[in-house]
Amino acid sequence: MRRRTLKSFALLAALGLSLGGCSGGDGDKGSDAVTARGPITIWYSNNEAEVEWGKAMVSSWNAAHPDEEVTAQEIPAGKSSEEVIGAAITAGTAPCLVFNTAPAAVGQFQRQGGLVNLTSFGDGEAYISARTGAAADQYKAADGGFYQLPWKANPVMIFYNKDLFKKAGLDPEKPKLATYDEFLSTAKTLKRTGAAPYAIYPSPTSEFFQTQFDFIPLFSAASGGQQIVAEGKATIADQAGIDVGEFWKSIYSAGLAGKERYQGDSFADKKAAMAIVGPWAVSVYKGKVNWGAVPVPTKNGVPAAETYTFSDAKNVGLFTACKNQGTAWEVLKFATGPEQDGELLAKTGQMPLRENLQSEYPDYFAKNPAYKQFGDQASRTVEVPGGPHTVEMLQTLRDAYTKAVITGDGDVTEALKGAAEKINELAAQK
Amino acid sequence: MSLLPRSRAILILGRHPLGWLFSAPYLVFVLAIFAYPLVFAGYMSFHDYFFAAPGAQVERPFVGLANYVQLFSDPAVRRSFVNVAIFLVINVPLTVVISLLLATLLNQVTRFRTALRVAYYVPYVSASVAVVAVWLFLFSGTGLVNNVLGPLAPEPTWLINPHWAMPSIALFVTWKQMGVYILLYLAALQNVPRELYESAATDGASRIRSFWNVTVPGVRPATVLVLLLSTVVGSNLFTEPYLLTGGGGPNGASSSPVLIMYQQGIEQGKPGYAAAIGIVLVIGTLVIAALQNRFAGGKD
Repeated sequence: MRRRTLKSFALLAALGLSLGGCSGGDGDKGSDAVTARGPITIWYSNNEAEVEWGKAMVSSWNAAHPDEEVTAQEIPAGKSSEEVIGAAITAGTAPCLVFNTAPAAVGQFQRQGGLVNLTSFGDGEAYISARTGAAADQYKAADGGFYQLPWKANPVMIFYNKDLFKKAGLDPEKPKLATYDEFLSTAKTLKRTGAAPYAIYPSPTSEFFQTQFDFIPLFSAASGGQQIVAEGKATIADQAGIDVGEFWKSIYSAGLAGKERYQGDSFADKKAAMAIVGPWAVSVYKGKVNWGAVPVPTKNGVPAAETYTFSDAKNVGLFTACKNQGTAWEVLKFATGPEQDGELLAKTGQMPLRENLQSEYPDYFAKNPAYKQFGDQASRTVEVPGGPHTVEMLQTLRDAYTKAVITGDGDVTEALKGAAEKINELAAQK
Repeated sequence: MSLLPRSRAILILGRHPLGWLFSAPYLVFVLAIFAYPLVFAGYMSFHDYFFAAPGAQVERPFVGLANYVQLFSDPAVRRSFVNVAIFLVINVPLTVVISLLLATLLNQVTRFRTALRVAYYVPYVSASVAVVAVWLFLFSGTGLVNNVLGPLAPEPTWLINPHWAMPSIALFVTWKQMGVYILLYLAALQNVPRELYESAATDGASRIRSFWNVTVPGVRPATVLVLLLSTVVGSNLFTEPYLLTGGGGPNGASSSPVLIMYQQGIEQGKPGYAAAIGIVLVIGTLVIAALQNRFAGGKD
């Protein structure tokens, strides 16, 4: 028995010794890959509208470039796209381009050595700056490089159900939702009159990304376009952050928002009279909800033309596993050029991150007035902070928020200060 | 003193070297799927490890026990271990008792036997996402359970109540996994000799006495297996806090070590830290399993 145990330990020890060879690696595909041309593979999102756009874009490219054929597929299924992409990077099986890269995950992908710095292409930085303008700076890495191409935004606004507002005796064309007090009063009326069980229903669950759809949009507006980390310091415990936290707490404590996870779409199901979403929802609610949209509220009200919000952007990453990066870069420019951006806008209703979006596509916005305010809002969006600790920062904020705001356990100011201290520590790490 | 070549071969390969050949496929499977990842996790837990692209030049410095020190000082991790302990205390005894009772009853049923066995097994083979949706419906604030309970329903409701979230999950998992344990017991019951029941009846034993003195000792090997399996499955709790309580809510009241491992290792890019949590979980589970084997397994 003892001998068998010793043999087992010896075997495990041998396995352990072999692990030294598993860490890291050597060599780099380097500059040859940057200029290499040939067939490439790309992934795009799995929602119907984007699949339609993706297929058409690839077909258009392939017709003109038979020697540099693009093979496209939807991102493989997983708990999240980021998890799948992270695993693909580790396995060396990432495609050349992913047209659905979340900015929150880019820092980690970069740390993994999975992303190509787009400024390593001769015209990389110039192309991004010319297309997106100053808003592109939010997507710059700490080393000054671009490891993602800012692609499209879904600026978050308050959607409201006009029919339910009318039922509650509220003006459906000019709803009073600009200030916290107005919003709260409107929400109470909606609940009191029984127009809907809840005034609004942001997801109350604990996942890190949920904070992008309750705290951050209102914080972006309240702070005049500030990120939750600025110059290496957390800003969430500033007065703007505390005001936002107290506002949401008053919504939850009055029972105006649901605290339970809702199975389905509370807005479409008319369980909530308002929702906090981006323009992707326009096509989803078409024919189901008679909706209107307004900017997110601020404490004292800010004109719509000056209100910031969360971008809910999805960008494009070019991955180091790609052998023909020269072709990938050309495909990336093709897919984000004026023609394809126009197609994306028309097919999905999502806003390409272009500096002069509305003036570049005047016909589209004239024909689709419902999207005009989203086009305008797209020029004032705020992104999550960059770097490898973004997800941890968002989780820290979420944990503090769910405890103090949603559950109402503890003081909002203290909770945000505590979270800010932890985020400062994370921001100080490499 | 040197051994003869044949003696040395026997020492290394045993008296029946052909046995190695027959057991090689399973041995390779165990080494590749269990031993290697476990040892690798141990290696990761002593490093500032993160997953990187092949060929990427990255540093993963040795950090000694830093990950272990951090996990024991992290209130979220400590809470998750307490949560899983609460889960096991509820889930494991319930699983053993209910599955044995149901298996015994099912063993005596003559009509609809197959239909009933399938009915108990359905939750186990159903997709977790679908089953979770049913439970969310049942245990929501306006769900069936609260409607039945009326004023006795907890406030806040089950899955967002810090005191009831984990017991609710334990109940859910007990129900979902029950089918497989009932099958184990049903198989074990076939090996309990009929003569023992007949002797007990001849001696005047009641059905309950028969159950205690014949059935329970007769299925003891299966009980040990059920104990071990339910403990191991319970220790690896992930899907339910991820889906049923939206990421371990409320405020970590239903988080589990594996959920924290997922958040830290996959979402937040700290697999070294996640591996340390995993190693502690493995050790804890092994200790519990050893105690179960010691006290429930007997000497056979």
